[in-house]
Amino acid sequence: MNSTVALLLCGPAAFLATAIVAAAASRLAAATRLVYGATLVISAVLLATAAGHLAGNPGEASASLPLGVPWTGARFRLDGLSAFFLVVVNLGGTITSLYGLGYGRHESQPHRVLPFYPAFLAGMNLVVLANDAFSFLLSWEFMSLASWALVMAHHRDEANRRAGYIYLVMASFGTMALLLAFGLLAGPAGTYAFDAMRAAHPNPFAAGAVLVLMLLGAGSKAGLVPLHAWLPLAHPAAPSHVSALMSGIMTKVAIYGFVRVVFDLLGEPAWWSGVAVLLIGGVTAVLGILHALMEKDLKRLLAYSTIENIGVIFASLGLALAFKANGMPSAAALAFTAALFHVLNHSFFKSLLFFGAGAVLTATGERDMEKLGGLIHRLPVTSFVFLIGCVSISALPPFNGFASEWLVFQAILRSPELPQWGLKVIVPAVGGMLALSAALAAACFVKAFGITFLGRARSAAVERAHEVDRWSLAAMAVLAALCLLAGILPGFVIDSLSTVTLPLVGERMPVQMAQPWLSIVPIAESRSSYNGLLVFVFITISASLAAFFIHRFASHALRRGIAWGCGFPDAVPAGQYTAVSFAQPIRRVFGGFAFRSRETVDMPAPGALEPARLKVEMHDVAWEIFYQPITGAIDFATERLNHLQFLTIRRYLTLVFLYLVILLLVLALWP
Amino acid sequence: MISQLAVQGAQMLAVLLLAPLLIGFLRKVKARLVRRQGPSLIQPYRDLVRLMRKEVVLADNASWLFRVTPYLIFAATWVAAALVPTFATGLEFSWTADLIVIVALLGSARFFQALAGMDVGTSFGGLGASREVMIASLAEPAMLLIVFSLALLAGATQLSTVAAFMGSPQVGLRVSLGMSLIALVMVAIAENARIPVDNPATHLELTMVHEAMILEYSGRHLAMIELATFLKLLLYMSLIACVFLPWGLDSGGTGPKSLAIGAAAYLCKLAVLAILLAVFETAVAKMRVFRVPDFLGAALMLALLGTLLLFVSRSL
Repeated sequence: MNSTVALLLCGPAAFLATAIVAAAASRLAAATRLVYGATLVISAVLLATAAGHLAGNPGEASASLPLGVPWTGARFRLDGLSAFFLVVVNLGGTITSLYGLGYGRHESQPHRVLPFYPAFLAGMNLVVLANDAFSFLLSWEFMSLASWALVMAHHRDEANRRAGYIYLVMASFGTMALLLAFGLLAGPAGTYAFDAMRAAHPNPFAAGAVLVLMLLGAGSKAGLVPLHAWLPLAHPAAPSHVSALMSGIMTKVAIYGFVRVVFDLLGEPAWWSGVAVLLIGGVTAVLGILHALMEKDLKRLLAYSTIENIGVIFASLGLALAFKANGMPSAAALAFTAALFHVLNHSFFKSLLFFGAGAVLTATGERDMEKLGGLIHRLPVTSFVFLIGCVSISALPPFNGFASEWLVFQAILRSPELPQWGLKVIVPAVGGMLALSAALAAACFVKAFGITFLGRARSAAVERAHEVDRWSLAAMAVLAALCLLAGILPGFVIDSLSTVTLPLVGERMPVQMAQPWLSIVPIAESRSSYNGLLVFVFITISASLAAFFIHRFASHALRRGIAWGCGFPDAVPAGQYTAVSFAQPIRRVFGGFAFRSRETVDMPAPGALEPARLKVEMHDVAWEIFYQPITGAIDFATERLNHLQFLTIRRYLTLVFLYLVILLLVLALWP
Repeated sequence: MISQLAVQGAQMLAVLLLAPLLIGFLRKVKARLVRRQGPSLIQPYRDLVRLMRKEVVLADNASWLFRVTPYLIFAATWVAAALVPTFATGLEFSWTADLIVIVALLGSARFFQALAGMDVGTSFGGLGASREVMIASLAEPAMLLIVFSLALLAGATQLSTVAAFMGSPQVGLRVSLGMSLIALVMVAIAENARIPVDNPATHLELTMVHEAMILEYSGRHLAMIELATFLKLLLYMSLIACVFLPWGLDSGGTGPKSLAIGAAAYLCKLAVLAILLAVFETAVAKMRVFRVPDFLGAALMLALLGTLLLFVSRSL
């Protein structure tokens, strides 16, 4: 057994021990600090180990434990891909635990959160390490159940119970798809070890079926349209630091599952698989961000924006598949690196934004943006770091979201070399969709920041708000710094990803840290290059120059006065733009096809005293087309089968007898 | 190295100093077209100096963001404008950013401008910000699709390479290029808040977009924002000139004579584009806000068609 893997396996064991201690001691006053302190230390050790493996590049290491199914055992393996995702998981775990040290103290029912939080972290770590189908599925289910328990932490709220129920149904559906996928991969020999699956080559039909099942199984966990409907319900229902883990980290574990099977176990992909993944990714990105724009609940807005980012990542993975299938490893390495880079970036800024939403929730008790506003005066530090998160997620230079989206666009520009017509037409169209989603994301986060933090207070709760505790602020500040660092030093991240891309797509991106001035140059300098560091330096210098010049030569006079309100004195805060009215122009442009939205204005006759009303009707098309028929069918079936519960004993005996006869008949007639 | 840096510095100063002149020239031509005398060519400079000397009147609940934003907008726009080749390509720092980065830098400036519009908490600011992001959500994808078609032709998103390719004889006359040019002009009109999308000369609440966002700004802050607006118009004109009229561009380190030719050619191109814009603005009327999506949707479709046509013509 390899010592690194053994150390990494001790981590989940330590998490589980913490969970047990937490279950026993969760009603103690010191429990919160104890549990988050323990998870902070464990995650940090795991992070250091995994990062050391990724940087040192010693190849792969594996271990097996005599647990699980008899004669099979539980196998674990550490390679570049799992090391990278371990870094993502444990970096998120470390910073979330830091945040939890402060935020957890406001929890009204700590005994419903503390035992499941370390268990959730253990589950995510084990999924990434698993090397056979059995341990993978077991860890996956464990992760789902632990997060379900966290979603149900405040289960007295009707909406949370509903979210938990839908989440549980979708999680079971996803695991069923994964189970079938692994069944197909195991083949007739029934080998559950990933090593055997990697050596076997499934026929094209089975490979296609596995891809579809993975899109259903891992895609439903990650939030791909149309399987996304549970995500904006479940993620915001959990306490905010758990929302950050679910949105920022657990969706990445789902992406790990997809990449592990489709890029590693499945062997050579077919070109059409790229088309499928690309299209789903592009549609997911656009629909996710449009839903986010229509939202007025801050945490649900963030959850919908997760769907958009998952779409971007899947589109990039689809591109990598298409390049890989056509024997263009360098282009595939570019697209694959872009996808992984975006995985890392999204885990930074989405955790940061959920932490910020949690801070707002702590300070004001509100998630509804229509009741917030003006928080920049009350929460100066939170608003500053939240602003950095908003700029990063809107893909604006020089922050990290832009660096990875820029790489995605560079990968798209290599598409003319693809031979298939389907790909040739679809890739630029998907590029347009990604550009649209990036522009809409900027609009969405102007709205999120503008309505929540700017303007005037819309409720008394805001007037009473105070800055949150130091632990939470420290966690957010670390993430904001990481967003900037990854944005101005993208070459460092790209080079660390080389050990991941090399085995999976057969090539790596050129070494970036050797470039002069730390630029990133994906192909050649004459083609395209970007230097986040210099852009940052230039903006800083020119802004300082302008400020210096102004303060040296221009007038210093400054007077405070009331804002111009068209001559109306004492404008009320309710007269400001709201989240819904801000999104109205975009709803008018895109709502027709995305939500089948309809606006009706009810204008009373001149002189009448009743108020005018504007009614907006919107539909979640995916919910109506996919979810409602399924729930309807389930309701119908349960209704019909219900009376089987109330039969007499004689009828039950008759049923058992009939069943036996049928079984025997089938056995007798089976050839 | 030193001379290269000097050329880069000259370009940075040139765009800064030329931008108000371009606006003055544009206003003059527009005035003459409707038979007015018009303000003097250097009126924009005078306006800026006057604004700088005035006191700032700040709304009482304006935050630090409101005061920082003018400098950020100015810095992002200036950096973007300085990275577009004007009279010479292959400048010292031209590899810092390709066309996608330049578009995104303008996106950063817009992001902060929209936030500043919402900071004071009047309905004007919200109205402007909300309309601005709606326009941007269509203009930005159109712009990126234009970048795609240029990159497909030239094999690069680096502006120097694109300009060199467009100046070479291997370009020929292509339908896709024409579509890209039309789409780029439409996007440029929308991005710079010109007629028919927005009217830079109006303060009528129902029609304004850009002016609504900056309504609360005054004094030196307004001067910074105005200068950034001038720079943005210059940037888009330089971009159109460098990609579609790449003649006379100095290709880097070829001596003062070629630099002088490049500068003269650049000034001529700017003058021609400004006259065209003035004639167009005088000839058309402003459209309703909710017609703008149709206008930009047309630009988006043109850009997409241009890109797809390139794929088709390449594989035949």
